[in-house]
Parts: sequence; structure tokens; C-alpha cells
Amino acid sequence: MDFRLSEEALMLAETVERMMWETCSLANLRALVLSGEPYDRGRWGQIIALGLPGMLAPVEAGGSGLDELAGVLVAEACGRVALPEPLIEHAGVAIPLLAAAKPDADVLTAAVQGEAQLAIGHPANPFVANADTAEAILLPHGDEVHLVPSSAVELRRHESFDEFRRLFAVSWNPGAATRIADASLGRRLWAKALERGALLAAGQALGLAKGAIDLAVDYAKVREQFGRPIGTNQAVKHILADQQVHLSFARPVVLAAAADFAAGDNVSLARVSHAKLAACAAAESASRAAVQVLGAIGMTAEAGAHFYVKRALALSAAWGTKAFHREQVAERVFEAQIGPANTFPRGGAAA
Amino acid sequence: MKLEYTPAQQALRAEARAWLEAHAPTTALSSFDLTREGFEAHRQWERTLDSGRWGMVTWPAEYGGRGLCLIEWLIFEEEYYRADAPVRVNQNGIFLLGPTLMEFGTPEQKARFLPAMARGDEIWAQAWSEPQAGSDLAAVSSTVVQDGDDYVLNGQKIWSSRAVFADWAFGLFRAPGSARHQGLSLILFPLTAPGVKVRPIERMDGEKVFAEIFLDEVRVPAFNRLGEEGQGWEVCMSTAGFERGLMLRSPARYQQAAQRLVKLFKARGCDLGQGMRDAVVQHWMDADAYALSVYEMASRLDAGGKIGPESSTNKIFWSELDIGLQRTGLEILGPLAELAAHQDTGLGGWLDDYLFSLAGPIYAGSNEIQRNIISERVLGLPRR
Ligand SMILES: Cc1cc2nc3c(=O)[nH]c(=O)nc-3n(C[C@H](O)[C@H](O)[C@H](O)COP(=O)(O)OP(=O)(O)OC[C@H]3O[C@@H](n4cnc5c(N)ncnc54)[C@H](O)[C@@H]3O)c2cc1C
Repeated sequence: MDFRLSEEALMLAETVERMMWETCSLANLRALVLSGEPYDRGRWGQIIALGLPGMLAPVEAGGSGLDELAGVLVAEACGRVALPEPLIEHAGVAIPLLAAAKPDADVLTAAVQGEAQLAIGHPANPFVANADTAEAILLPHGDEVHLVPSSAVELRRHESFDEFRRLFAVSWNPGAATRIADASLGRRLWAKALERGALLAAGQALGLAKGAIDLAVDYAKVREQFGRPIGTNQAVKHILADQQVHLSFARPVVLAAAADFAAGDNVSLARVSHAKLAACAAAESASRAAVQVLGAIGMTAEAGAHFYVKRALALSAAWGTKAFHREQVAERVFEAQIGPANTFPRGGAAA
Repeated sequence: MKLEYTPAQQALRAEARAWLEAHAPTTALSSFDLTREGFEAHRQWERTLDSGRWGMVTWPAEYGGRGLCLIEWLIFEEEYYRADAPVRVNQNGIFLLGPTLMEFGTPEQKARFLPAMARGDEIWAQAWSEPQAGSDLAAVSSTVVQDGDDYVLNGQKIWSSRAVFADWAFGLFRAPGSARHQGLSLILFPLTAPGVKVRPIERMDGEKVFAEIFLDEVRVPAFNRLGEEGQGWEVCMSTAGFERGLMLRSPARYQQAAQRLVKLFKARGCDLGQGMRDAVVQHWMDADAYALSVYEMASRLDAGGKIGPESSTNKIFWSELDIGLQRTGLEILGPLAELAAHQDTGLGGWLDDYLFSLAGPIYAGSNEIQRNIISERVLGLPRR
């Protein structure tokens, strides 16, 4: 039993964090909003250079074959800067689904290399995010999985409050040519994709919480009122300390859920749901706290707090609502073994 | 990251489980904070634990332990709470002073104090707080003066848990005239020494949980100083890390409480509504999150890390988790919750536990103080 992250995992996290830090500042985000471009091609190039689009793809498909724990650490780094590019849905959810359903799909190679983006229309989400820049979209027909080229869909935009989540309703015609998984396989794949989406949303939410706390702390150190930094006031300090507490008790849950993801039983499902609930609650709370600590400027489009507020809200409803995830935890709590000797029931701690 | 127990750890769990099933009292012992009999019954249980070498599993064998790591201590604690074994009367000794002795004690001090602690022969109280030194612990004014090979102690301590019936105390004293964090020393003294007077203080539920300790020219050998002269603050902060962050409140305690809550909800929950169900699930999640966080911390410490200011986040989390959980228990009981909860009402002590949980945000450094620590030492906000 060892809860520490490996050297490699820590190194990966540090590399990705540094790249995000250098390419995705608040000024970069604002410039992107003003440019009207869907995403920043330069930054996507850096993401490709680090091999991130193929992080979870099998080695046979040209990917890095990393596990969900690595995925969560990358997601955390993305959340920390409120990354606009759809790296996580592309690399974390769509590619693993496609690789499982149709490992020889042409577009898989391009997707793994980051040359083509994939979007995913999961039944749990009413719209398809970032469908306009995707080369192909994974779509459900009943429980079947279809891989539909962008040339064969019609998109209708639905404005999201998050300027970097471009949401679309997709019209298309299912047929044998687009089907890549039948209903029985599809049911399993969609379920797995939902779990992955939820886990990686939790990872991003950890980053959002951290980013929002950092933003507020930096501001509280320099903004002066009554002749001293506002951060010297206990009322301000304690708001931020509470956010740190929320974050500290969400992160180990997310890490444990990631480390245990492969098991796929009700214990691991409940932990993914717990991770999503706790991390999204921490992100929502921290982003609201950031607005409060920034004061009026926190309400503007100019300061960064709104990016965190919006993404936290969007992620907390995407990939399974709170009610859905709470129910998934409830099932474990009311139906399975609980109690002190069941922290890791599969790790040799029989009831 | 590897979330699986080793075969040796699984064997330890099995051994602890079998031993506890064979030895743990089947009926609850009477409170150790109410009568001498209750206290002595708990001491007897400490002796039984020691006979199985379960007194404090992390200590080296020569001191009565098993030389296990913190992860293995967590396994033992899980089994301990699973068996519903008695609350440890010597918790301030084994969980607070013990680790501090490990860090700062000389070999002679360890040999003198640890085995007697593991055996329950010496039950310990913590004597830090004073009437004028609560949150501001560095304001203590009780004094220590060297006289030949002895130290002479004077002053007054308060809120000392277990001191009513305990045998020894570890106290914080200062050299007369020294300034705040300087000149402090940690001194171990017998509560039976001439010049020590102990006055019980009744808690709101009638139990004599803590006491005032008056010290009038109390003489102890210089051997009883833990750490260097003037190092008392540093020694206390090390103890406080274990108190807030790790040992005093092991996660199993809350996992067991959450399990009891689920049981209560199942027994009475037919028409309690979705809100109550959500609350129960939330408390379970919080207990689980606390456990995972402590597993993470224990892994880090086992690999040579040190407890830092992040122990303050733990303190806030477990104390608030406890209040919320106990409160929901009372909610489920509804108007019955008001009944003074003794064994014979069958209400399982929810009221007692709720009342005690209210102290959580106060002892071990109030939660406001913990928030100050987090904001200044973890987040780096300016002090003033
Ligand atoms: C059940 C229980 C058991 C205890 N056991 C022991 C024991 O065994 N040994 C021992 O030595 N002590 C013990 N204590 C004492 C405990 O350590 C103190 O109660 C605690 O340190 C707070 O001190 P105080 O009670 O004097 O409150 P005060 O320090 O007077 O605080 C009162 C209130 O003011 C707030 N406050 C104070 N200073 C600040 C500040 N700077 N910023 C913001 N808010 C502030 C506090 O948070 C608190 O809410 C115990 C207490 C309890 C309740």
C-alpha cells in the first residue's frame, strides 16, 4: 500500500503544468476570446509536441498507453489554467472509446497524433462540445456507437456561458457504414466513457479549484484597503483557508479513483462519482470565493475569475449530474460492505 | 501509487481481527471520565492489549510495539474500530506524547516511559493550556527553575483531559522572565507528586473530562525534560502535528460512525426523505475522503516525510465532519434525540457523541487558529 505518486507521474505533471503555465496565461485566454478563433493553434501544437493527444491511447495505435492516473494529472494541469482546447474530451474520452470500438479506424492515427480532433456526443450530455473543429464525431444510436465524419453531420450551435465550450446539436443519419459498435458492446463502451468523462472532469475540477485559489491569494497579497493588503484580514484568510480544505479532501479521492479505475466494479464506480462530486464542489466553491475576494473586478470579463466560475459550473453538470453521481455512491453505501476495514475492499481487506 | 495491501499487511489485519474478536470486551466499559472504576477498567483493557503486543504497534519491539509503519497502524486502527473496542484511555500518551518521545527522547527516556505507557501502567494527561494561555499557547506563565539535579515547577494548568484519574502529565513551562516562544521546556511530571493538586471540571454532560492542575513547588528530576531547555515550543509543535493531523483522530473512528449512521438510517429511514438520504451519503463520503487523505499522509511519512502545516486542514475536516454526522444522527431520531442517551434507551449515544463533537473545533488548536495557519503557512497570505 503506497499512496504516493511515482517519479514518472510527478514528472509528467510538472512538464504539462509548465507548458500550460507558459502558453495559457490570463492574457492568452483574453486574446483568444477577442480573436474569435475556436482554439489556439500554437498551443495545440505544443500539446501535440508533448504527445498529449495520444496519452491514453494504446501503444499499438501510436499512443503512450498511459493510465487514468496520468490522465487525471494532465486534466488537473488543464483545469488550473482553464484550458480552452478540448484536449481532455479528445484524448481522455473519445480516443479510448474509438480505440476500443475500432482500433483500425483511419482517423484514430490522426487523432492520436493530434492532427485530427475527435468530439463525442455522449448520451449523458445533451450537446456535443467542440463539434465544429472535430474531424469526426462519436455518436450514439440507441446503444450503438457510430463514428461519423464531420462532412456527414449538420451542426446547430447552442451558446454556452463558457466561451471556450462550443456546444452543438448534431443532425446525422445512422447507417451500417458509420456503426463501429453494436448495442451490446456499445452499452459497455458508453458506460465506460461516462466514467472516464466523470473522472477526468474531476481532475480538471481539482485544477480549477487550485487555479481559483491561487488567483485570489495573489490578489489578496497586493490589493490594499485601509492601508494594508486585504489578505491580512482574517475574514478573507478564512474564506481561502476553507477552499484549501475542500481541495485537500477532494484530491486524494480523485487520485484513488484514478488508481482504481480499471477495476470497474461498484467500489470503483462509487469512487469515481465521489471524486466528481467532491472535486466539482471544491471548484465551484473556490471560484465563487475568488469572485468574492476580488470584489467588483471579480465580476468582470477582464479578470480571470469568471473563467473558473463558468468552467466549474459546466463540468459539475456534464458527464453525469450531481444526482446521478450521488445515487451511484448511495448504491455502494446502502448495498455493499462499508465500515472501517473497507477503505480498499479489493486490496485484501475482506469484510 | 499502489492501493493494495501486501500479504504481510493482510496477515496483520487477519491477526488483529482474530485477536480483537477473542479479547475485546463484549459489553461497553463504563466511562473513564466519570469514576475511578471506569478508568481502571480501561487501564485493564490497555494491559490486555499490551499482552497481545497491540499497545502501540508502531513502536519498536523493545518498547512494547511491533515496529510497524503508519499504514500498518491504520490497518490496526481499522480493525480496532471494526471490533468496537473501548476508546483508548491513554490516547494522550500513546498518540501524542509517544511520537514526541520517539522524536525528541533520549534512549534512557524512551526506555523509562514508553514500555510503561504501552502497558497502561502510566496513563498520561496533556498539561499545556492555562487560564490565560488557550489559543495563545506561547503565553503560558507556569514556570520551571533548575535546582541542582531537579526542576521545580510552579503555576496552574487547565482543561487537562484525563488528568482527574491519570498518573502522569506532560506540561509546558517557561524559565521565569523568558519571552514567548523562547525559554519554554516540556517537562514530564507525576500527578501524584507532592505539591500537585488536581481539581476536576465538569463538562456540560456531567462527565469529569478535564481538570485544573495546580503546581506548588513540584520537584522532578532533570531527567524528565523532553528535548532541550528552551526547545519546548518546537517539541509541542511536533506533538500538535500528530494531534491535529494524524493519530488523535484516526479515520476509522469516523468510518465506524458513518457506518452506524447508515444503519440508523436504514432502521428508521422509511419516510425521512431524499434530503436526509443525501446527508447520510455525504457523511459517508467525507469519512472516506478523510481516510484516503490520511492514507496519503501516512504513505508520505512512512517514506521519511514530515507532518507540516497541512495537518491543520485535517483538523478542520475531521472536526466538522464529526459534528455534521452526529447532527444527522439526531435528525434521524427526531424528537427522540432529546432523550438523555444512556445505554438502556437503545438510542446508541448519539446525543453524547453530538455534544462531544462540539468540542472538536476547539481542542487541539481551535479551527480559527487552524485557518490562520493554513492561510499564512500553506497559502502564504501576509500575517499583518
Ligand atoms: C474537550 C477539550 C479537551 C481539552 N483537552 C486539553 C488537554 O488535555 N490539555 C490541554 O492543555 N488543553 C486541553 N484543552 C484546551 C484547548 O487546547 C483550548 O481550549 C484551546 O486551545 C482554545 O483555548 P481557549 O479555550 O482558552 O479559547 P480562546 O483561546 O480563549 O478562544 C476563544 C475563541 O476565540 C477564538 N480565537 C482566539 N484567538 C483567535 C485568533 N487569533 N484568531 C481567530 N480566532 C481566535 C477561538 O478560535 C475561540 O473560538 C481541551 C479543550 C477541550 C474543549
